[in-house]
Amino acid sequence: MLVYSIKRILVAIPVLLILVIVSYLVMVLAPGGPTSSERTLPAAVIANIEARYGLDQPLWKQIYDYVENVVLRFDFGPSFLRRDLSVNDMIAQGFPVTLTYGALSFVLAVAVGVPLGVVAAVRQNTWLDYLAVGFSVGAQVLPNFVMAPILVVIFTVWLGWLPAGGWNGGAPENLVLPVIALGTSFMASIARLTRSSMLETMNSGFIRTARAKGMPMRKVVLRHALKPAMLPVISYLGPTFVGMITGSVVIDYFFSTGGIGGFLVNAALNRDYSTMMGITILIGALTILFNLLVDLTYAWIDPRIRY
Amino acid sequence: MPLLEIDDLAVTFATPGGDVRAVDGVSLSVDEGGATAVVGESGSGKSQTAFSVLGLLAKNGRATGAVRWDGEDILNAPDRRLRTLRGEEIGIIFQDPMTSLNPFMRVGSQLAEALTEHRGVSRREAEREAGRMLDAVRIPDAKARLRQYPHEFSGGMRQRVMIAMALLNRPRLLIADEPTTALDVTVQAQIMELLADLRREFGMALLLITHDLGIVAGACEETVVMYGGRVMEKGPTADLFAAPTHPYTVGLLAAVPRIDGDGDLAAIPGDPPDMSRPLPGCPFTPRCPLAHAPCPTVRPPMDGRRACHAPVPDVRALAARLAPEAAE
Repeated sequence: MLVYSIKRILVAIPVLLILVIVSYLVMVLAPGGPTSSERTLPAAVIANIEARYGLDQPLWKQIYDYVENVVLRFDFGPSFLRRDLSVNDMIAQGFPVTLTYGALSFVLAVAVGVPLGVVAAVRQNTWLDYLAVGFSVGAQVLPNFVMAPILVVIFTVWLGWLPAGGWNGGAPENLVLPVIALGTSFMASIARLTRSSMLETMNSGFIRTARAKGMPMRKVVLRHALKPAMLPVISYLGPTFVGMITGSVVIDYFFSTGGIGGFLVNAALNRDYSTMMGITILIGALTILFNLLVDLTYAWIDPRIRY
Repeated sequence: MPLLEIDDLAVTFATPGGDVRAVDGVSLSVDEGGATAVVGESGSGKSQTAFSVLGLLAKNGRATGAVRWDGEDILNAPDRRLRTLRGEEIGIIFQDPMTSLNPFMRVGSQLAEALTEHRGVSRREAEREAGRMLDAVRIPDAKARLRQYPHEFSGGMRQRVMIAMALLNRPRLLIADEPTTALDVTVQAQIMELLADLRREFGMALLLITHDLGIVAGACEETVVMYGGRVMEKGPTADLFAAPTHPYTVGLLAAVPRIDGDGDLAAIPGDPPDMSRPLPGCPFTPRCPLAHAPCPTVRPPMDGRRACHAPVPDVRALAARLAPEAAE
C-alpha cells in the first residue's frame, strides 16, 4: 500500500506539469492580455510591463521559468493585478478562509446527508422516505447562488440575527450563513446517493443471509450494509471536498469572505496569469491528493482491493 | 404432528405490471428429523415457498395461508418471533454462495455473530465454536480460515461456510435453497454427502429446494413437485420415482439426462407459464399431452398424491410423447 501511494504521488508530478502547461497555453491563447484595458497604453509602457513580468520571452521560456520558480523556490510569482500581494500571499490569506468554511460545510453535508439517505433507504416508501427525498430534491433545486440571498433575506434582513457578510477572523456568526449556503446542495446530493446505494446493497444476497441469522434490522444495516453502501458515496466525497475547500466563487463574492474563490474570479477577469496559475495548481494538487485518499479508503473498506 | 407444516400457502408480489402470484395453494410438511424435497423448474415458486417460512420475502411480497412450526402459526409472525426462529430454530442456506456471504467481513466474524445473536456467549467463545463447526463441515485448517475473507474461498468452500453458519445453533430444520446449483458437479456431490452426514449427526430435518431431480433420490424421503406455483404431485420419493402419476412428473423424470443416453437432452415442449396471467385451471395445461376439457378452466383437486384431471397415465407411453428424444 505504501509503495502504491508513493507510485501514485510520483505519477502526480507529470500530471501537474501537464496541467501547468495546458493552463498556461490556454491563458495565453485567449484573446487579450494583462496589458489590455480601455485606455491604450503607449507601446513603450507595454514593453516595460511585459519585460517586468517576463512576458517578452518566448512562450517555452515563460513556462520554463514559471515551473522553475514554483519547483525550486515554491514561488508562484507576483500578482499581475495587485502590486502589494504575491500569489503566495493571496493563497496564504485566502486558503485558510475557504478551508475553514469549506471543511465545516463538508462536515455538515456529510453528517446530515448520510444518515438522511440511510434512513430513507431503510424506511423506503414510508413518510420518512418521502420527507427525506422531498427535502433532497428541494435542496438540490436551490443551488448556493439562490440559497445565499434567501438566507440573507431571512436571517439578516427579517430576523437580524446574523451578519450578511464579512469574515471577521472566522467568527461563528460570520460562518453560519456561508456554511449553510455552500453545504445544502451537496448535502442533498450525498443523501440521494446514499439512499440509492443503500437500497441496492439492501437487496444483495449477504443482507438476506444476515437477516436469516436472526439479526435485528438495526444491526443488519449498521454492521452489514453501511460499509458497502458507502463506497460510491466516498468516490463522490473526494472531489467534492476539494471543490468545497478551494472556495466557492459565489460564496466568496456574495458574503465577501475573502477566500481564494474571490481571488480566482478577479484574476480571471483581469488576466492575472500568475494568480490563476497558482490557484489552478493548488486545486489540481489537492484533487490528486484526495483521489488518492479515496482509493486508499476503498482498499481499507473492501478487502478484495489490494494495491 | 409434523415439525413444519405449510398449509394452503399463497405468495403474491405487487409489481408495476400488476400482481404476480408466485405460489398458489401449496401444502407440504416436513417431519421431525425427516427430509422433504421441493422440486420444480425456475419460477415454479419453490424458493418463495421456502422464504415465506422465515419471513424473508422481498418487500413487495405478501404471503397468506398458514405455516405451522411445531403447531405454532409462524406465517407473518411479528419480527421478534421471526428473529428467534431465524438461525436459531431454523437454519437456511442459499443458492449462490458467491453472493450470500458478506465480502467485507471476515468469515470468522460472520459465523460468530450467528451465535452471539442467539446465545449469551462471548465473541471469543463464539469464534472457537465457529472453528469447530468449520471442522465439522470439513474445511481444512479451520482456525486460519476464520481470519480470511469470503473471496479467499472457492465456491464449494463458501457453501460449506454457509452450511456451518446455518448449523451453528443446532437448528431443528435446515432449509437448503438450491444448495448445489452454483457449484461444479463434483463439488455438488460432496456438498450433498456432507448434508446427509450432518443430518444424521445432528438429527436435523431438511427441506431441500431444487430443480435437480438427480440429487433428490438419495437425500429426501418425501418429494413435492411444483409447477406454476402449484403442487402437481407429492409422495414418498421412492414411489414418485418408480411410478409417477402426474404428466408433469413423468416429463421431469424423462428429462433427467442419463449416463447411457445418446447425449441429447430431452425437454418438455412448450414454455413455462406466465405467472402474471395464470390459468384458472391447471398451469401445466398448455404443455400437457393429456390435457382435455376441464384442464384450462377447472382447478384439479389434490387427492393426497396428485392434482390432475387425467387418469393415471401409462408412464412409458407418456414419457415417449413428452420427451421423444429420451425414449429412443
